[in-house]
Amino acid sequence: MFILRIFLIIVLAPILGGLLTGLDRIISARLQGRKGPPLLQPFYDVLKLIGKESIEVNTFHRFYVYISLIFIIFTTVIMLLGGDILLAIFVLTLGSIFFVLGGYASNSPYSVIGSERELLMMMAYEPMVLIIGASLYYASGSFFIKDIVSESIPAIVYLPGVFLGLVFILLFKLRKAPFDLSMSHHAHQEIVQGITTEYSGRDLAVIQISHWYETIIALTLVYLFFATNAPISKVWAISACSIVFLFETVIGNACARLKWQVALKSTWIITGILGVINLVVLSFFK
Amino acid sequence: MSFIKKSPWILHYDGTSCNGCDIEVLACLTPLYDIERFGIINTGNPKHADILLITGSVNDQNIPVIKQLYEQMADPKVVVAVGICATSGGIFAECYNIVGGIDKVLPVDVYVPGCAARPESIIDGVVKALDILGEKQKTARK
Repeated sequence: MFILRIFLIIVLAPILGGLLTGLDRIISARLQGRKGPPLLQPFYDVLKLIGKESIEVNTFHRFYVYISLIFIIFTTVIMLLGGDILLAIFVLTLGSIFFVLGGYASNSPYSVIGSERELLMMMAYEPMVLIIGASLYYASGSFFIKDIVSESIPAIVYLPGVFLGLVFILLFKLRKAPFDLSMSHHAHQEIVQGITTEYSGRDLAVIQISHWYETIIALTLVYLFFATNAPISKVWAISACSIVFLFETVIGNACARLKWQVALKSTWIITGILGVINLVVLSFFK
Repeated sequence: MSFIKKSPWILHYDGTSCNGCDIEVLACLTPLYDIERFGIINTGNPKHADILLITGSVNDQNIPVIKQLYEQMADPKVVVAVGICATSGGIFAECYNIVGGIDKVLPVDVYVPGCAARPESIIDGVVKALDILGEKQKTARK
């Protein structure tokens, strides 16, 4: 039964993530006054990439992407099985680090720039991610996700500031416009495709699939803030996830890409104000 | 089922063009024509691209560039020559620096004539290229 659940998570999470990515592309197109691609377009892309030739720059360059995918799948499984949120956060960071190493390994100037920007992005959002873990512990008294979602009062009541901080850093995690510095379809005049420049074929497909898993991880974090032991709260939590996802898409379309200095400063300021003050106030009253 | 026909990513290179065809290629991305309907993405990266879209003719300086772009693309791949300059050199064919159309350097699969080529005919050419792309993938699998 346990193994079946793990299997279902590994299979269903990327399918849902892929559908969300397709939805995201349709919404973006509609915001720009276009019809947009079909909903299943991300799946067509990945299936096409699997059928294409994979150009190998060097052996490690490809290895890192697969390792990164394994760690990201591991994070998804931990989170959806109700495991330790700190472990999930650290494993997810490890996955991102391997992805960055893959960018460095190819030695292409564009992917090295992309990797450096990705590292700066991680430097910007990681403090907030840690605060999310710590503050969920403060609110519920446990690092385990299954305990956090079975409280009687949703975490959002204690942690409105931290939640807003989460919405802010999800722009990094979902690779949305103000902070899509390291890789983006729209930055090709500037850094070609950033970290993914040197990947093709199956390796690029793996990167897309890891992004689908990351989308699910990001929305699970939103879910944690709303879910309680009442069954109706699951509905609220899922609608909150949808609203946040829609919001991130709209912001992604409404903004231009920022310089890394602005990204770093603004994220740390947001982390300092919303995250730390929320945590201090909470420790005062709880 | 060939998924490559559902998600062709384009690399656009401008040879010695007057920019007319260039602007028409970019017009394909606009809300009026919206080639993303067909899953087409204008990527700037040869390693991600399936279709090499070249506007303008070939001169001595851009031969190595075009060759390198083509070599960096992953198989299967097709080349579409957009505009009369790319197909034959057009009105610049007699110039001292012009070598001729793209087919002097690369194996061209689809020619899209016109000066400048209309967005409709560019889309038509790309859709024709998709069939060739599907064929190439079938033979590559054998």
